[in-house]
Amino acid sequence: MLEEDEKLIVFVNGKEEKGDWNTAYEVREQFAKKSDVVIVNGFQINENVELKDQDEIVLIRKGIMPKEEELECMLTARHTPAVHGKLKKGKVAIAGLGGLGSNIAVSLARIGVGMLRLIDFDVVEPSNLNRQNYDIRHLGLLKTVALKQQLQDINPYIQIDTVNKKITEKNAAELLKDCEIVCEAFDNPENKAMLINTVLTHLPGIKIVSASGMAGYKSTNLIRTIHPMKNLYLCGDFETEAMAGCGLMAPRVMVCAGHQANMVLRLLAGEEEV
Amino acid sequence: MKWNGNEVILEKETFLLALLEERQYALGKIAVELNGEIVPKSRYAEVIIQNKDIIEVVSFVGGG
Repeated sequence: MLEEDEKLIVFVNGKEEKGDWNTAYEVREQFAKKSDVVIVNGFQINENVELKDQDEIVLIRKGIMPKEEELECMLTARHTPAVHGKLKKGKVAIAGLGGLGSNIAVSLARIGVGMLRLIDFDVVEPSNLNRQNYDIRHLGLLKTVALKQQLQDINPYIQIDTVNKKITEKNAAELLKDCEIVCEAFDNPENKAMLINTVLTHLPGIKIVSASGMAGYKSTNLIRTIHPMKNLYLCGDFETEAMAGCGLMAPRVMVCAGHQANMVLRLLAGEEEV
Repeated sequence: MKWNGNEVILEKETFLLALLEERQYALGKIAVELNGEIVPKSRYAEVIIQNKDIIEVVSFVGGG
């Protein structure tokens, strides 16, 4: 038996525990003998490991729905622990829920950004399905409704706000209230310019992660992120416009959306460089 | 002046609008920053650029 102050403190399925054990399998033996999967500090282990103070252990029995209070801990098991707290506090608006916006939203929901505000007036139509994160069940539904349902199925523990309006110079301040970052995910270049000008002029507390140029199937490596103005990050190849003969297609659109989502993640984690 | 990171010598003070038109920017599809501050579109024809100024212009193409 160890003295009290020699015992390890670890987190088992999110709950703080103190005990005599030194290894992960000893913890499993005590708390969930029948677990098939043992995850230590975000990584699944296949052989026993020694534990240290403050380690996080998640025990999963495949096929069994965990108790609700354990589910959130398990969802966050793969998140890098130090970053997760920062993401949970994040409030991000996504202006436009098309090829960029729907894919950005899914990424940010998976990593646990605490609040997402989804802004779009449009409905899902068949031509969207070549790149947007919707399926045939969603045809005819408002994009806000369809996307919110999907995001809640991925991560029930984040807050999703929906706004069924077209964002304009006049209503931007109201629609983006409380958000620290907005993803510009529009299709039309005049609207892109409008949103960037409005946010940078009138909403100086908000950073904007925008996109330009992601059509067709030119080299993926042309897509990049730059930081041209203090509160503006821009992703894309900056030249490949969507038009007849050079349409938007899932792979490049998703790469650009990935650039935007990762830049949001970097900002929430405290990194301002691209 | 510096235009998107490139040194350009201005013979004389010039209106921002003239510099944008010379470079064939579509005025409704851009954002312009002068010495760290955004210039609203309504002021492109009023703002005068001198050799000491630093300008960043981003332009947007359709798609998303």
